[in-house]
Amino acid sequence: MASFLNSSIGKKFLMSLSGLFLISFLLVHLFVNSMILFDKSGVLFNNAAHFMGTNPIIRIVEPILAIGFILHIIYAGILTLTNQWARPVGYNKQKSGNSSSWASRNMFILGSLIFIFLVIHVANFFWKVKFSGSELLDKGAVNGVENTYLLVTTFFINWWWIDIVYVIGALVLGLHLTHAFWAAFQTLGLSDNRWRKRLEILGWAYTILVAGGFAIIPLWVKISSML
Amino acid sequence: MDLTLKVWRQENRKAKGRFESYSLKNISPDSSFLEMLDVLNEQLIMQNNEPVAFDHDCREGICGMCSLFINGRAHGPDESITTCQLHMRKFSDGDTIVIEPWRAGGFPVIKDLIVDRSAFDQILQAGGFISVNTGSARDGNGILIPKEKSDESMDAAACIGCGACVATCKNSSAMLFMASKVSHLALLPQGRPEAVRRAKAMVAKMDELGFGSCTNTGACEVECPKGISIAHIARLNREFLVANLKP
Repeated sequence: MASFLNSSIGKKFLMSLSGLFLISFLLVHLFVNSMILFDKSGVLFNNAAHFMGTNPIIRIVEPILAIGFILHIIYAGILTLTNQWARPVGYNKQKSGNSSSWASRNMFILGSLIFIFLVIHVANFFWKVKFSGSELLDKGAVNGVENTYLLVTTFFINWWWIDIVYVIGALVLGLHLTHAFWAAFQTLGLSDNRWRKRLEILGWAYTILVAGGFAIIPLWVKISSML
Repeated sequence: MDLTLKVWRQENRKAKGRFESYSLKNISPDSSFLEMLDVLNEQLIMQNNEPVAFDHDCREGICGMCSLFINGRAHGPDESITTCQLHMRKFSDGDTIVIEPWRAGGFPVIKDLIVDRSAFDQILQAGGFISVNTGSARDGNGILIPKEKSDESMDAAACIGCGACVATCKNSSAMLFMASKVSHLALLPQGRPEAVRRAKAMVAKMDELGFGSCTNTGACEVECPKGISIAHIARLNREFLVANLKP
């Protein structure tokens, strides 16, 4: 086991598994967030957020999710450094555009940007709901169900630059996912010439849904508040 | 056609290299890239200068000796060819052509444009073989192999070990080379008995020799002169994972 995890393929195996875990998390996250779009009173979203915060299964998955993030980030760093060392003297001229996509070559940079976004995002919402609390959460809270809707929409309505940060965050995540989805299956050995095409199409559909979905929510909140 | 060449010159393994510029006149567009370099070397010898060292052998695209990173791409601007199959008609009169050796920690420069690719031999020696008893040849149809399997195995076996995959990969990964060797044996019944040991030993050797890991950019399959698909890398990953699950 130790020799497996020390091998290059073993480390990528962890990247791939943690990545797929994060990919499935994003779907759940988007599903809960989409409640903001469907109920202007906020009751639907507040109940969903409260359920996610209190459900025992979700509370067990939460620390696993944190471990997933940490593993994905640590192993990205280790693998990227080793890969950089593998070419001590670089080329004077290299045209990479003909043979690979920009996103596939810059997964670490995209990942780092997503990490920066993640810190901002956790500080904005998760931290307040979970630990520090906020006046907005208490305002209009019913039977212990926090008014998460008010917290989120206040952010998106009051500060236009927050909307921009969230839209850019969604687009960067989308770029990361264009390569991530199929690559995760390829690393696990679950791809061949036929399945590659299918997985790439599925990956694009997933990317458009997730990146588009997360980008639309702050824009919709902001725009509908101005109407 | 008249050309300006920017060629990497390096005395030996330890020396610090540099680019040198050379002008060439009256090069036929029908000559191959290596013939153009031959003309350059004759010119250099006539001027009492050291000719440029570069690898070449069969000059018909099957031996894998010729290398060269030409204008930022392995084996030059065309796809699915070796440098000896590249012709000067792919360039224009007055062009400046930048010629560099393969760049990878696992492929140290020996002189000028020649790199040491013996790391590939070491990866092969680690497990890219099957053990058979010597003696009289076995009957050709003694082991039946489905046509699709043998075709797929042959696609992988087309690898000539030129190193373009390593040269073009942003991580200097030898995964496509190793995958083609593992894959062509893994697909055949003769390769199965040693499959577990092979996958483990070859991956360990590749890691030890300082090649990077695969990030699935797919650049290698585009630059591979034999067009070997990265589906073989998926098979290698599968073989390696399964090998590690077995006691």
